[in-house]
Amino acid sequence: MNLTIEVNNNKLSAQKGDTILDVLSRNGMGVPTLCHMKGLFPTGSCRMCVVEVEGRKNLVTACSEPVNDGMKIMTHSSRVIESRKTIVELLLSNHPDDCLYCERNGNCELQKLSEDLNIRERRISGQKNNYRLDVSSASIVRDPAKCILCGRCVRVCDEIEGVSAIEFVGRGSKTFIDTSFNHGLNLSSCVNCGQCIMVCPTGALKEKSHIAETKDNLSDPNKTVIIQYAPSISVTLAEEFGFKPGQNIIGIMNAALRRIGFDYVFDTSFSADLTIMEEASELVHRVKNGGKLPMVTSCCPGWVKFAEEFHQDMIDNLSTCKSPQQMMGAIIKSYFAQSEGIDPEKIYSVSVMPCTAKKFEQQREEMTQNGISDVDAVLTTRELARLIRLHGIDIHKLEPEIADSTLGTRSSAGKIFGASGGVMEAAVRTAHYLITGKEMVKFQVRGVRGLEGRKEAKVQIGELEVGVAVVSGLKNASMLMDEIRNGRDDIHFIEVMACPGGCINGGGQPIGADEEAIKARMTTLYDIDEKDAIKVSHKNPYIVELYDKFLGKPLGHKSHELLHTHYQKREVK
Amino acid sequence: MTSSIQEILNKYPNAGHDSLIPILQQVQEHMGYLSEESVVEVGKYLNMPTSKIFGVATFYNQFRFNAPGKFHVQVCRGTACHVLGSATVLNEIEKNLKIKAGQTTKDKMFSLEVVACIGACGLAPVISINGEFHAKVTSETIKTIFDSYRNREVVS
Ligand code: SF4
Ligand code: FES
Repeated sequence: MNLTIEVNNNKLSAQKGDTILDVLSRNGMGVPTLCHMKGLFPTGSCRMCVVEVEGRKNLVTACSEPVNDGMKIMTHSSRVIESRKTIVELLLSNHPDDCLYCERNGNCELQKLSEDLNIRERRISGQKNNYRLDVSSASIVRDPAKCILCGRCVRVCDEIEGVSAIEFVGRGSKTFIDTSFNHGLNLSSCVNCGQCIMVCPTGALKEKSHIAETKDNLSDPNKTVIIQYAPSISVTLAEEFGFKPGQNIIGIMNAALRRIGFDYVFDTSFSADLTIMEEASELVHRVKNGGKLPMVTSCCPGWVKFAEEFHQDMIDNLSTCKSPQQMMGAIIKSYFAQSEGIDPEKIYSVSVMPCTAKKFEQQREEMTQNGISDVDAVLTTRELARLIRLHGIDIHKLEPEIADSTLGTRSSAGKIFGASGGVMEAAVRTAHYLITGKEMVKFQVRGVRGLEGRKEAKVQIGELEVGVAVVSGLKNASMLMDEIRNGRDDIHFIEVMACPGGCINGGGQPIGADEEAIKARMTTLYDIDEKDAIKVSHKNPYIVELYDKFLGKPLGHKSHELLHTHYQKREVK
Repeated sequence: MTSSIQEILNKYPNAGHDSLIPILQQVQEHMGYLSEESVVEVGKYLNMPTSKIFGVATFYNQFRFNAPGKFHVQVCRGTACHVLGSATVLNEIEKNLKIKAGQTTKDKMFSLEVVACIGACGLAPVISINGEFHAKVTSETIKTIFDSYRNREVVS
């Protein structure tokens, strides 16, 4: 039903069921919001979005109030502005005020609100709290002193990820956000996905930085410092430097990494190809030998920990393949070190990931060879941007370069790993070849593309109809696993990513991207795939060479030693 | 211990989230506090994350998360006691016992709880130790009171 409402004396058309905020956003008329999260049920708790509605005594929250026909709304009357201002002043009254030292300086919603509302003096002084930093996690640092209790992290963790590691604790002015029994994230069910960081308006949540140790090793003349970057980094890093979303700056990034001083620049998309070789072979093996099905991908460390905690009966369904990051790490310190005559102990292996959970994965005890860890440090996309700035590099002036060839050449199948559905599509392409000996006529598996949280498709591989499902956001994963438990048997292969939309929307990516930006990132990845000559992992010449010279064959002895892993059940507290 | 929590849970067949508070109350009545294990178990039973249960339980003053000590100290923070300085009393006791409200001393001798009016306003500020009331407590008398309990412990 079509309605008409009046906002600041402008007539706007609206639909029944719209909230005031829906109509305002569609018409480019902003009111500030804090607790509001697109796609989730409004809680109306922060009251930042209040507006005046004719005939209503109290201000109403635009994010939760449905429109009525003929509603008359004022979004920026003095009364409204005063009240928003007071809210922000109250939020500021016990804030630590250390913007100059804060990770989110210049990119903080609280700062922006206070600027937009023209707050120029401290009218209200509150008692500062003295909550302790939570540095217990390998991935995430929490600073409750900077928390303004908008609740977005709690909601993402619960409603999108189904993890519920954090919750409001206590009451009234003593409320803060914490894990159960104040144990710290490390001992909680947290899977390190970093989605809470992505929604945090302030500096209360951030990644555990590995910049310092990376710098130390860069300046150590005895160390060979190698960097790899995940498939999605080249299409998101640009946003940190003012480019529009979806720009692929891979060449410039290679150049920047060399300027910083990395001795070798490798592309994790190469080891994504390697993952596909192993994983597609594993799938074919399971299908042919009556192994455990459906097989579930294991390249997302957030999902892996989640499965270890909440889906212990499905652990055998997980592929034993290490993730591309870890495969690359293992190959660097074995094959590459041998062929270059470098002592693996003298290699410092850094990766740039769209992900905070990779920091956790990197330090898992399974991810070592003879006591040497596969990967030594993990930087998020944001940290890489910081490192580039720290080195005074003007990326607008760099000429594109290519990555180092041995472990830097990829097929486009490895590149699309960055989007939800990409791993599935890449694996299907190679599995098709392994089973039928022929390439697919059309490589695209359209049914698994896109940002929806759940996608399913049937793929014909020779005689076999293979059922595939792709989920992102761990709550969606849990729902699918429940269906499998309840007897669904038409699915053979499942891809799970913890972050909605996959790594392009990972917890380590630039903050503040909207759905359009994420779509643009995805589109670029598939464009690259469209244009590339080599679209399948098994045709990557350097992958072929790696098997010829070193690994033997997929699932062979060497692969098992270096590229496969096992999982552990974890008690959830 | 576990089995007795199971007994409590058995009294709530097909329980939903609305049974959380009564279950927690019974657990606390039974154990004197909400242990971590009990919260995990209740969570499994109600299919609720422990963080949520912890969140709910910390909202209410009545729930404790530490085993009570041999002597359980309740400090009244009702209006009459407040007017006559119960904030200072609480402060002093916390200093004396080296714990905060809600905690139990390392030697498990004392546990400290803040309560709303205990109905002895005439005695304000009042504290109760294992049900024995101590009236018109001041900073000066606190040491004497607590030392007397410590001595009791040695004698017995
Ligand atoms: S990192 Fe992910 S799982 Fe951990 S608290 Fe944040 S949202 Fe929850
Ligand atoms: S955004 Fe509407 S109440 Fe918070």
